[in-house]
Amino acid sequence: MIKFQDITKIYSSNASKSEPTIALDKVSFDISPKEFVSLVGKSGAGKTTLLKLLLMQEKPTSGDILFEGKNLSDIRSEELPWLRRKIGVVFQDYKLLAVKTAYENIAYTMEVIGARDEEIKRDVPKVLDIVGLSERAGNLPAELSGGERQRVAIARALVHRPDIILADEPTGNLDPYHTMEIIELLLKIQLMGPTVVLATHNKDVINRLNKRVVTLEKGKIIRDEKEGRFIL
Amino acid sequence: MFTVLIRIFRSGWRSFYRDREIALATIFVLFLTVILAGSFFLFKDISQILVADLQEKIDVSVYFREETLEEDILGVGKELSELPEIKNIEYVSKEQALLNFIQRHERDTALLDSIDELGKNPFLAALNVRTWNPDQYAKVSKFLEGPGFDSFVEKIDYYQRKPAIDTMRSLNSGVTKISISIAVLLIIIAIAVSLNTIGLSIYNSRKEIEIQKLVGASSWFIRGPFLVQGMICGILATLISILTLSFICWFLSPRIESFFLSISLFTLFVENFWMLVLIQFTTGISLGAVSSLVAIKKYLKD
Ligand SMILES: Nc1ncnc2c1ncn2[C@@H]1O[C@H](COP(=O)(O)OP(=O)(O)OP(=O)(O)O)[C@@H](O)[C@H]1O
Ligand SMILES: [Mg+2]
Repeated sequence: MIKFQDITKIYSSNASKSEPTIALDKVSFDISPKEFVSLVGKSGAGKTTLLKLLLMQEKPTSGDILFEGKNLSDIRSEELPWLRRKIGVVFQDYKLLAVKTAYENIAYTMEVIGARDEEIKRDVPKVLDIVGLSERAGNLPAELSGGERQRVAIARALVHRPDIILADEPTGNLDPYHTMEIIELLLKIQLMGPTVVLATHNKDVINRLNKRVVTLEKGKIIRDEKEGRFIL
Repeated sequence: MFTVLIRIFRSGWRSFYRDREIALATIFVLFLTVILAGSFFLFKDISQILVADLQEKIDVSVYFREETLEEDILGVGKELSELPEIKNIEYVSKEQALLNFIQRHERDTALLDSIDELGKNPFLAALNVRTWNPDQYAKVSKFLEGPGFDSFVEKIDYYQRKPAIDTMRSLNSGVTKISISIAVLLIIIAIAVSLNTIGLSIYNSRKEIEIQKLVGASSWFIRGPFLVQGMICGILATLISILTLSFICWFLSPRIESFFLSISLFTLFVENFWMLVLIQFTTGISLGAVSSLVAIKKYLKD
């Protein structure tokens, strides 16, 4: 479903004095449909960069990424929405709109991609139910706990039934209890169909999952195990 | 498709409403531009009426010497009427001129008495010559000053009226020039100001825009609302301008009528109302839209 082929990403910093950063160095691996893959690695290992390349927020310096058989470098800017609508993203910093309620934040995504009003009315309560937030639908992000906000972000990522969900540190600021809650939720979602890619450096999460683990270090893949453990 | 349009309009309205304070500046400069366009259109009409009016009133009066025979005068008239420039010629005999004078000054008995005392008709016979356009009067008067006529002609009354036309003309072209320069200036200012306010609005919406992009909004779904926002400013500016112009016309109309009998500003305004509305709306909306488009190009790359 997704193929990374010899991906190198070098950031040349705007501050001219600093050296360019090699964020990814000839990374190659595949992700199959319906897989649950964890990307682990120390801070700065290149996890977020990998997700950004897939979402075409950044372009690789060299190498190809194939998404459902299509080379991302062939995708023109008019086709970008097509790609992004197939991907649901849970951002490390949530990216919820502060002036919109939980319900509106989720509905907004659907509006933006042109869903009909009936679909929105039908699907938003459904995903709110899946993430267990039906009661808090009318609250603003500021009135929600960190875990609840994270769940709104997850609900938003899956409401338009994407083929793949990218979750970047979705448990970053959470206590162990809420962390496990979120992971259970991602597992539940993966069973409903989409591929899930989880970027994390949380040891307990990885050890609990018993799923494929791709370990990055300084932009290189150092391990890729079917039922991986957290080893750094 | 329809749902999407509604959403774009709603979202445009929301961002207009959210940034309404900074939009005031845009509305103000757009208003100035639009009302200038409207007034210019009205002025064009007024000046055309005035010029036509003056041209209609103007003629060359050729006065003939006391002793000239009527048949000589008519002979001159005949020769004149062969000139292609002449529209019509009217003969006013001495007697007719006196009658006209008496009629015009019916109530001024002192004046009429003094004419009586004179004991004879002091007026000269005249030909009132009218040409197709005012530039041709010079030619006619030259013709009459030429040999063969100077023995009959006492004086040619022409230069007295020329300045009125010339003034009107130069006023007209002056106003046109000034209006066009002001319009160009205003359009530049209007675009610059709206560019900035829309730019600010785009900046205020950067979080929404970022999310819209990341979840796969089409580029026109992102840009549309700002276009709508600029157009809303244009529409409001136009509405204010139409109201202001109605008020100005209504207020000035009686004052202008006392100068120029033939012009009723308010009637003119009412007659041209839809044309004015069209001109102002076109100016307002297109300016609003153009500046939004420039702002989108400038601040909303990709
Ligand atoms: N826009 C950028 N410009 C320059 N360098 C960047 C940029 N984004 C990331 N980097 C650098 O690229 C490297 C990889 O960053 P990345 O965000 O992918 O790491 P990460 O694995 O997601 O880390 P974390 O676990 O802290 O989120 C880092 O050294 C980072 O400093
Ligand atoms: Mg990261």
